[in-house]
Amino acid sequence: MTAFIALVRKDLRIFFGDRRAVIMAFAAPILIGSFFGYVFGPKPAQEQSRVRVLVVDEDRSEVTRGLLANEATVEAVEAGLAETRDAVRKGKAPVAVVVPKGFGEAAGQALFGAGVKPQIGVLFDPSHAVEASMVKGLLTGQMMQAVTRVGFKPEAARRAMDGASLLPGDKAALGRLLDSVEAFQARPGGSGGGGLSVPFAMADEAVTAGSGVAYNAYAHSFGGMAIQFMLFMGIDVGIGMLLLRQRGLWRRFRAAPLSKSVLLGSRAVSAMVMGMLILGVVFGFAYLVFDVRISGSLLGFLGVCAAFSLMTAAYGMLIAAIGKTPEAARGVAILGTLLMVMLSGAWVPSFLFPRWMQAVTMAVPARWAMDGLDAMTWRGLGVGEAVSPILVLLGSAVVFGGVAVWRFRWEGE
Amino acid sequence: MLVARNLYKAYGPLQAVGGVSLDAGVGQVIGLLGPNGAGKTTTIGMLAGLVTPDQGEVRIAGKPFGGDTSETKCLLGLVPQELALFDELPAGANLDLFGALYGLNGKRLAMERERVFALVGLADRAKDKVDTFSGGMKRRLNLAAALMHDPQVLLLDEPTVGVAPQSRNAIFDNLEALKAAGKTLLYTTHYMEEAARLCDRIAIMDHGKVIAEDTVSGLLRLAPVESFVVIDLAGAFGRMAELQELDGVMEVSVSGAALRVGVRGMEMVGPLLTWLAANGAVVEHVRTERPTLETVFLHLTGRTLRDA
Repeated sequence: MTAFIALVRKDLRIFFGDRRAVIMAFAAPILIGSFFGYVFGPKPAQEQSRVRVLVVDEDRSEVTRGLLANEATVEAVEAGLAETRDAVRKGKAPVAVVVPKGFGEAAGQALFGAGVKPQIGVLFDPSHAVEASMVKGLLTGQMMQAVTRVGFKPEAARRAMDGASLLPGDKAALGRLLDSVEAFQARPGGSGGGGLSVPFAMADEAVTAGSGVAYNAYAHSFGGMAIQFMLFMGIDVGIGMLLLRQRGLWRRFRAAPLSKSVLLGSRAVSAMVMGMLILGVVFGFAYLVFDVRISGSLLGFLGVCAAFSLMTAAYGMLIAAIGKTPEAARGVAILGTLLMVMLSGAWVPSFLFPRWMQAVTMAVPARWAMDGLDAMTWRGLGVGEAVSPILVLLGSAVVFGGVAVWRFRWEGE
Repeated sequence: MLVARNLYKAYGPLQAVGGVSLDAGVGQVIGLLGPNGAGKTTTIGMLAGLVTPDQGEVRIAGKPFGGDTSETKCLLGLVPQELALFDELPAGANLDLFGALYGLNGKRLAMERERVFALVGLADRAKDKVDTFSGGMKRRLNLAAALMHDPQVLLLDEPTVGVAPQSRNAIFDNLEALKAAGKTLLYTTHYMEEAARLCDRIAIMDHGKVIAEDTVSGLLRLAPVESFVVIDLAGAFGRMAELQELDGVMEVSVSGAALRVGVRGMEMVGPLLTWLAANGAVVEHVRTERPTLETVFLHLTGRTLRDA
C-alpha cells in the first residue's frame, strides 16, 4: 500500500507541479466553455445581433415601400444593384434582397391568377444559409400582407381582375367579394385595408429541467470542454507511461517487488483523481459564475463523472500499451481524441450530424458521457437516465483496460 | 551472494544472451566488460528479475526469483543505464518514492534518505529539483535511488556514461565505500580502465557469451605480449618486414614516426634496440607499456572494444 500511495502521490505532484499542464486541464476548459456557452446560449434582446440585409428596391411601389424595415431581427439597408452582389461575395453582407421593377403591379395581378408570378431575388453568402432562410420567411409574411393590402383596394383589384382571363361567372363572384371587402374596410373603426396577415402566433417553449427554467447553454459547453480536456489528460497519462519506459524509470519500478496491478492500478487511480478534479473544478466554476445547476440527480452526475474518469484512465493505459514511442503515440492519440470529442457532440450538437453519423456516435464513449452530463444538468433527469451512460462508460473502461493489460510490453524492457 | 547459471535469452532470431554464468561473493565487485550489443543489459535484466530467462537460473543469497512481488527483489538494487529519475521532482522526493517502492515509510524512510544523501554527497541539494542538477550529480542521485532500501547486491548498468572525470571519480569513491561495507556489486561497462580499477574479477562478454573470466592480472596473462616497446625514431625506417621476423617480436605497428613493438618478454628490449641501431634507425626516445584489457579483448575477438 505504501508503494501504491507513493506512486499515486508522485503522479499528482508532477501534475500540479507543471503549470502548463494545470492551465491546460483547468483554465482551458473554463475559458473555452465560457466562450461556447456565451455564443450558443440565449442572450438578452439588446445583445442579439441583427442580420444585415441589403435591399435593392427597383420597384419603389406601395407594395415594396419599407421592405423589412420594421423587423427586430433584421437590419435592412438600402443599396444599389451594382454593389450588392459584390458585397455578398466579399462577405460584407450575409443576405441581399433584389425586388425588380414592376414587382408590385405583377404581384397584384398574380394574386388573382393573372400574368406570371414575379420573382424576388435573394442573394446569400453560402456560409449564412440559416440567415437566408430566416429572411425568406420574413419576406414571405411581409410580402403577403403588403400585396393583399394593395391588391384588395377596389380600383387596383378591379384593374387586376379585368386583366385576368376569368370566366364570366367567376368574374361576377369575385366582383361581389371585392364589394364586400370594400364595404368591410370602409366601415367605421375598420382595419382600413391592412392586408392579410398570418392568422396565428407561435408559442415557443424550451423544454428544460422544469417549467419556467431557462436553458443554460453553459451546462452543455462546460460538460463538453471538461470531456475534451479530460481526454487530453488521458493522452498525457499514456505518453507519460511511455516516457517512463524511455527514461529507464519503468525498469527501476519493475526491479522493485511490485505487482503489475500496483504499477498500472496506481497510474489509473491517479488519472481518475485528476479527471474528477478537472470535472469538479470546471463544474464548480460553472456553478459559481454561470449558475449551472445539477438539476437532475446528483448521484447520477457523480456516477457519470466517476465512470468517465475511469474510462479516461483506461484510455491513457491503452495509448501506453499500443504506442511504441511517445512521439509516435502522441500524433495518433491526438487524432483519435479529437475524433472522439467531435463525435461526442461536445463541439456542436450531435443532432446536426447526418443520420448515419449519429448512429456511429453511439459507439463513442464520450458521446454517452456528454449525454449523461446533459441529462443530469440542464435536462434535469433522474438517476435512471444516468444508468445507461454509466454502464457504457464502465464497459468501455473494461475493454480499454483489458486491451491495455493484454498488449502492455512488460518483458525485455 | 549472486549466482547465475547458464542464462539464455533470445528475442526472435537474435540470441541476446547464450549461456552466461556468473558468481559473485559478499563484498566482491564483478565487472561485465564488453562492447555495446554484447548482451550486458539483457544479462543485467535477468539478474534483476526484469527479464525471464529462456533457460538458466538466478539466485540471490540462495533464493530464486518468484514473480513480480518476490522478496528476493528487496536484496537487489538496480542502477539503470538511463538517468531514471523524475526531473520534475526534488531530489528528496525522488528518493522517498524509490524507498516507498520497497515499503519504506515514516522514520525509516527519512533515515535511509539521509544515509544515501550523505553517501553520494548531495545532502545540501535535497530540496532542489533534479532538472537543476549537473550530469554528474544526476548520476550520483541515480545511484542513491538504488540504495534507499539498503540492498545486499547492486547491479550497475554503465553508471558512468557521459560523466566528466571528476564526477566519475566521485562515483567510484561511492562504489568503493559500498564494497568496503560488504556489498556485492556487478558492474557493466565498456570502459576497461573503470573495470580494471574497481573489479575483483572481470567477465568479458561478446555476442551474448562470456568469452573469458578472471582477475585483472589473470586476464592480462591472456594477452599475447608481455610488454609494448614504443620507439620514437628520427627518420623513416624501411625494414619493417625483417623487424617483424625477429625472434621474440609478436607484433609491430607504426604511428607517425613511432614504432610500437609487442615483445614476448622484457629481455627482448635490449636486443631489439641493438638491432634497430645496426639497421640504420636513429632512436630518439624509448618507453614501455603494459598490455591492457583492450589488448586482451582484441586478442580474444579480433576487434577493439569501441569498434566492436
